[in-house]
Amino acid sequence: MDFNTEKALKDINVRDFIVENYTPYDGDDSFLVEPTERTTKLWDELSELLKEERSRGGVYDIDEKTISTIASHEAGYIDKDLEQIVGLQTNEPLKRAIMPFGGIRMVKTSLEAYNKTMDKDVANVFKYRKTHNDGVFDAYTDEMKKARHTGIITGLPDAYGRGRIIGDYRRIALYGVDYLIEQKQQEKKDLVMDIMDSPTIRLREETSEQIKALNELKEMAAKYGFDISKPAKNTKEAIQWLYFGYLGAVKEQNGAAMSIGRISTFLDIYAEQDLKDGTFTESEIQELVDHFVMKLRIVRFLRTPAYDELFSGDPTWITESIGGMCLDGRHMVTKMSYRFLHTLVNLGPAPEPNMTILWSPRLPENFKKFCAKISIQTSSIQYENDDLMMEKFGDDYGIACCVSAMRIGKQMQFFGARANLAKALLYAINGGKDERYGDQVGPELAPITSEYLDYEEVMRKFDSVCDWLANLYINTLNIIHYMHDKYCYERLQMALHDKDILRTSACGVAGLSVIVDSLSAIKYAKVKPIRNEAGLAVDFEIEGDYPKFGNNDDRVDIIAEEVIRGFMKKLRKVRTYRDSIPTLSVLTITSNVVYGKKTGSTPDGRKAGEPFAPGANPMHGRDENGCIASMKSVAKIPYDYSEDGISYTFSIVPGALGKADDEKTANLVQLMDGYFMDEGHHINVNVLNREVLLDAMDHPEKYPQLTIRVSGYAVNFIKLTREQQMDVINRTFHTRF
Amino acid sequence: MSITGRIHSLESFGAVDGPGVRFVVFFQGCPLRCLFCHNPDSWDTNGGMLMEADRLAENILSYKNYLSGGVTFSGGEPLLQSVFCEALMDQLQENGMHIAIDTSGAIPPENVKNILDKADLLLLDIKSIDPTMCKTITRMDNHNALKTLQYREKIGKPVWIRHVILPDYTLDYPMLEQMAEKLQKFSCIEKIELLPFHKMGEYKWEALKEPYQLEKIEPPSKEDMEKIKEIFRKHHFEVS
Repeated sequence: MDFNTEKALKDINVRDFIVENYTPYDGDDSFLVEPTERTTKLWDELSELLKEERSRGGVYDIDEKTISTIASHEAGYIDKDLEQIVGLQTNEPLKRAIMPFGGIRMVKTSLEAYNKTMDKDVANVFKYRKTHNDGVFDAYTDEMKKARHTGIITGLPDAYGRGRIIGDYRRIALYGVDYLIEQKQQEKKDLVMDIMDSPTIRLREETSEQIKALNELKEMAAKYGFDISKPAKNTKEAIQWLYFGYLGAVKEQNGAAMSIGRISTFLDIYAEQDLKDGTFTESEIQELVDHFVMKLRIVRFLRTPAYDELFSGDPTWITESIGGMCLDGRHMVTKMSYRFLHTLVNLGPAPEPNMTILWSPRLPENFKKFCAKISIQTSSIQYENDDLMMEKFGDDYGIACCVSAMRIGKQMQFFGARANLAKALLYAINGGKDERYGDQVGPELAPITSEYLDYEEVMRKFDSVCDWLANLYINTLNIIHYMHDKYCYERLQMALHDKDILRTSACGVAGLSVIVDSLSAIKYAKVKPIRNEAGLAVDFEIEGDYPKFGNNDDRVDIIAEEVIRGFMKKLRKVRTYRDSIPTLSVLTITSNVVYGKKTGSTPDGRKAGEPFAPGANPMHGRDENGCIASMKSVAKIPYDYSEDGISYTFSIVPGALGKADDEKTANLVQLMDGYFMDEGHHINVNVLNREVLLDAMDHPEKYPQLTIRVSGYAVNFIKLTREQQMDVINRTFHTRF
Repeated sequence: MSITGRIHSLESFGAVDGPGVRFVVFFQGCPLRCLFCHNPDSWDTNGGMLMEADRLAENILSYKNYLSGGVTFSGGEPLLQSVFCEALMDQLQENGMHIAIDTSGAIPPENVKNILDKADLLLLDIKSIDPTMCKTITRMDNHNALKTLQYREKIGKPVWIRHVILPDYTLDYPMLEQMAEKLQKFSCIEKIELLPFHKMGEYKWEALKEPYQLEKIEPPSKEDMEKIKEIFRKHHFEVS
């Protein structure tokens, strides 16, 4: 191959390789091709298997005997004669593997849920081998356990893989595994410090583990008949090499989110070369992409029903970041950006991979229109603000999970789920006692006893509760990630990182619009708590009206800014594990339903148990001035204080987006340009009729591929729990037309 | 002291009331009582919320990045509050906003000449080309609406005609033919928008305890809508 690799080969530097070799594409989608016969046939076969998986209650099969590692399973195929890209997590498609290092209990519960029993030999191993989950509970304090129990901090990755780490899988294609091993060996040699202190010892051990993982990866590829020790020579090899790297990661880690990074423009370099040389035709290249994407669509993890309640729809968050701008001023849209999105047409809509457009108003108009068109057709795309992120993360960052940006191969995060701020407000009112259990969980403050809530008093107490919460939260994360590094280290993913990386402690908040509206009600209306015999405020009466978040009304939007700023500042005061930098997200995934269930009535008028709005969304039905007003409110949440991302989900019926198709496309482009110019961070776009969703609830068999975006990721609508389906349907749909 | 007016509601994202993405201001108060009205809560001239033109204009201008089209005044009947309407329009136009006015033309054009002169686009709802039918549907005939159209023709400023297709009332092929023929003479008409009757506002009638007379009427079929569009296309109109 004839690439410019001068800079890339001096060091490991994928970014420079891309920048020096990629070809921006300004044209339209007319070059795209239909699926090949092989693709259609393979997809049909796979669709049958997916149908079977659904009819078996969501799990096709489980290999409960083999502990999954990079090279644990023999080669498996969907249909060997048809597949152009190979590799499965186990020896059969959709068969789930067990990954017990995060927690053996999670494996046991999952097996029981699907009528399987724990294998004796596996159980025996864990008599002697400790897991991440064991470690965490050995170290948790009573206070942490209590906070976890009441749900003021929830979704913590203390029983399963933390995920949210993106290996730079491109390195395998670009350098070959042998070169990567050499580099790691050299790093280890250089890692001899004056004092052999614990951070150095840990890093030396980790580097050794990384080298072992890379060797195992070669072994795994060899089972499929490939030698990946040397660089990939063409598009097919590049995709295959890269996919093996990803496959190794999802065989080793049952991570909550397993993003793939930013691969399409990288792969386009190979495709351009192959098209020029006549190695492959456009149709052959699209076929490779289609087959690769099929593989990503069937990545599976074994999880418990309780986990699914939190993160519904069997998500894997194989987030692929597409587009964006280059630091040199060119855009990074290539033909491969189109080809990836085109899989949604060739194979139909699907939640995975999680297609994420890094949007800038400066992207080529053709591409913007193409994205909008695919969004309208499939509701499968999310958009994030490249202008905002490039400033902080450069031009080779990817999105971990839904909204968390990180430099690929140079940065990782300690995933921290979220704190329930709505509950924190209730603790402030109830003197630190939990409104559902009555236990003293938070600091023992004097409860508020006045007839009407006084804004100043509530804010003072809320501030104290947040001091306590921020402290407890970070300390809990410190334990979790210490143990994860110790017992469930991501050997392969970290082998695809530099030695010196930036770490963040990614905290999050849930219930932002609930607390903001509550504080607004206390400030602008009169709120009277209704107390039970124990004196706990269990309900609230509101007299008068108050401004609500989501209407572009500064009186209340400013409260949202203050809450986020305030909580982030508190997090920054607490010492973190491995000198990680605390960050914050406003993101709930689908857990807004569960958080709501665990939270009593709130002063905004929300009743006990009712769902929160997802992510940073205004509460359902309270945004009364249309979607742009809603977007403007959300865009005011300061990204500088919530660098881990601010998720907003937007649902609109097709008729409200415009009349003719080209008008709809143009209007959607305009909405996104406007939102991102206002410094909005993220937006999920759903273009759907409510009736379709209602029908899908009753007739799931008619909608096997109906995909919708919920905060930060896409799900197969029919895989949601009924409760979550109702929540989606009850959300604000912009319908005026 | 800024001029105040009565506003029914605000919609920050309008994609079907004029070209492009538009902010839509729904004015409160209407002299007509159209049978198919889907905003009967906008009739009462004493209802709605009081807003100052200055502050409203400022609020709308904060949406500028999004508004590829501009701003549409709808209602209710925006021309019923002509002083407020003009003040708001002036401030928005000074800031480069394209203004469309969605009106029934029920207000005598000589009373709102300034607004008709300045509006960038008029979305004129001709309820029926036949004065008697118009009266049946709205309680007023259509002579002001036609005069309004003539005035826009005279000053050479664009108009989009909107027309609701209501079975048993305006779904009348000879009458639609006649309408197309009459309108063909106006070179100011850029587009005809045919709106199929829908019942999405029915619940509001109930809430207001107003008797709704169209319970038994179903929306027109897709085939009817296509046929009607064809009538206008035949007369060289752009139809949507």
